[in-house]
Amino acid sequence: MLRSLFLIFFFQLIGEAIQKFFEINIPGPVIGLALLLLTFIFLRKPSSPYQKIKKEISETSHKIINYLSLLFVPIGVGVVMHINFLGDNLFKILAVIVIGTLATLVFTAFIMEKIINLEKKNVRRR
Amino acid sequence: MSEEDKLYKIWVYLQAEPLFWITLTLGAFIIGDYFYKKSKLNPLVNPVAISILIVSSVLLVLDVSYDRYFDGAKFIHFMLGPATVSLAIPIYEKKKLIFKEIKPILFSLLLGIPFAMLITFYLASFFNLNEEIILTMIPRNVTAPIAMGIAELIGGIPSLTAIITIITGIVGASLGTFALNLFRIKDMSARGFGFGLASHGIGTARAMSKNKTAGVFAALAMGLSGIATSIIVLLIIKIIF
Repeated sequence: MLRSLFLIFFFQLIGEAIQKFFEINIPGPVIGLALLLLTFIFLRKPSSPYQKIKKEISETSHKIINYLSLLFVPIGVGVVMHINFLGDNLFKILAVIVIGTLATLVFTAFIMEKIINLEKKNVRRR
Repeated sequence: MSEEDKLYKIWVYLQAEPLFWITLTLGAFIIGDYFYKKSKLNPLVNPVAISILIVSSVLLVLDVSYDRYFDGAKFIHFMLGPATVSLAIPIYEKKKLIFKEIKPILFSLLLGIPFAMLITFYLASFFNLNEEIILTMIPRNVTAPIAMGIAELIGGIPSLTAIITIITGIVGASLGTFALNLFRIKDMSARGFGFGLASHGIGTARAMSKNKTAGVFAALAMGLSGIATSIIVLLIIKIIF
């Protein structure tokens, strides 16, 4: 647990450092995610110490991800406490968010399902 | 000293301590999660939304400022970074499925990202919102730190973008399932990808809790859309303004 937690923090730290150094507007944790993913993909050595640490990291990660929802509560409370910042535009903004979000969600999922189904058909024809 | 004075003193002491606010947040989430599980994962009974309502009510009733609350809650907030890094693991575990669907992933990303920005622009113009607010809203579908960076870059108001982004996440997480069902979209990877692209981390958390494949594609969409949006946002802004 401790080793895997250390490594997850370490990857985030590297991510944050890269973000600051190259001044890119991708957040450090997202860079850390990419780095950890690449490390997992390239570290395929079957020797046991590697596999052991990989297993440890994945157990810890799943434990953290289980509580992903909880981690949004503090910032969400901030939204409620500062909702008056949106002023007179509140309802218009809410309308844009609701319609825009659902339209984007359906559009993206629709396109993706269509292409997946097209590919399945092509495979069958071959 | 009377009993009341004593209680008051204890309260004054406790509310200045981070521990009180961490405990409150965890307690509120346990209640929210209990109802979410009890409702058999009904998206409307979103555990994040319930916990937020409980905590905000307590703060409003006790007249406690957000800064004071966040002084404790920041320890929970802090884990968002490591949790984001952790998303690499479920993505890694589904790597075969992802490679297999790489074409649909890239197509829906490249069409979904401009769609998200354009629909926000046209809807906001339709509702007569001014240019500054429109620019503030444009990056709202990507994860908050990226969205705030983009807002700053294009001339929006980053703190407002953060608020709008979080609301976007909660709306997607609690209403997205109904919209997808209405349009009869069944494929779990497509549903998840939509959640991640349209409502970032909060949508991803909802997808993760419901279905592993959907969760993985949501996490993937969240990461990719954040990167893609920061790359093409200036191009889109040039086209629409």
